Amino acid sequence: MGSAPSLAEQAYVRGGATQTAVKILVVGHFAVGKTTLIGAISEIPPLSTEETMTRAGESFDDLKGVRSKTTTTVAMDFGRLTISDRVVLYLFGTPGQLRFVQMWEDMARGALGALVLVDPERLADSFAVIDLIEQYGLDYAIAVNRFDGTPIREEGALREALDLLDDTPVVTCDARDPKSSADALITLVRYLLDRSR
Amino acid sequence: MNGFDELEPETAELVRPYVITKGRGLPNEEQLSLITLVTAAGDQLQRPTQLSPEEQGLLDLCTAGFLSVAEIAGHTRLPMGVVKILLSALTEGGYLITRPPVQRAPLTDRHILEEVLNGLRTKFG
Repeated sequence: MGSAPSLAEQAYVRGGATQTAVKILVVGHFAVGKTTLIGAISEIPPLSTEETMTRAGESFDDLKGVRSKTTTTVAMDFGRLTISDRVVLYLFGTPGQLRFVQMWEDMARGALGALVLVDPERLADSFAVIDLIEQYGLDYAIAVNRFDGTPIREEGALREALDLLDDTPVVTCDARDPKSSADALITLVRYLLDRSR
Repeated sequence: MNGFDELEPETAELVRPYVITKGRGLPNEEQLSLITLVTAAGDQLQRPTQLSPEEQGLLDLCTAGFLSVAEIAGHTRLPMGVVKILLSALTEGGYLITRPPVQRAPLTDRHILEEVLNGLRTKFG
């Protein structure tokens, strides 16, 4: 690693000397479309970090296998969007089933809010991540990722299933489409503004 | 494109993390958050010679502009904790400048949220 790494000029934060960096979380269960949404909005190819995962529960069953019970997995991925000369926005995505406490604390600390991506056909898979977001005290909006051909569940039923507050915004979006994804984020930010008054 | 790629296994897998960090612990969380912006200090009159290969690599990466701590970890593929410790040491040594995010406060939040709202509308409207 001693050699000089070379990144393209666009990889760097152009206004980094003066800009304020802020972040919004994009969360949801495995394969719900988080990375797709982040990629649709981000001005850089999405990056990821890895965490070491120790499957402690299994090591007691097979002591001879203890050494091989450690594996790495993508813990979070993220993208960046220059908002203005003054603000640069980072979008951090992570699946809810990964309980890396340190990583969640790092992600949640100082976040403006969270966009929770849900698949209307797998609502129960979203419970864990919504629990985590509430646990960290973050305001959030629900974005229903509309895959081709999947019926949109009636909003009342979805609210009931997810046990949402009356004012929690629910929008549908296509995570592959930048404008549609941006609209979902705009809904979240308007809600956060309302909450801050 | 990225000089870290070919060398990554040696540092990330064949060396235990605390060797790379020289046994140092995690730095202050506020100072080096995921979105703290980092760049090399401008006036390095003498080229540093006491740095480890990993520290030198991070310093080189930060020479061409600002990157967030998260982006530095993403590009180097080093564990986040290791990156934070190395960046902290380089900052203490005067090699790096770090810009932590502003403290959250209601008024600042509203200004920032309005700016984010307008920026998203302008870019994707």
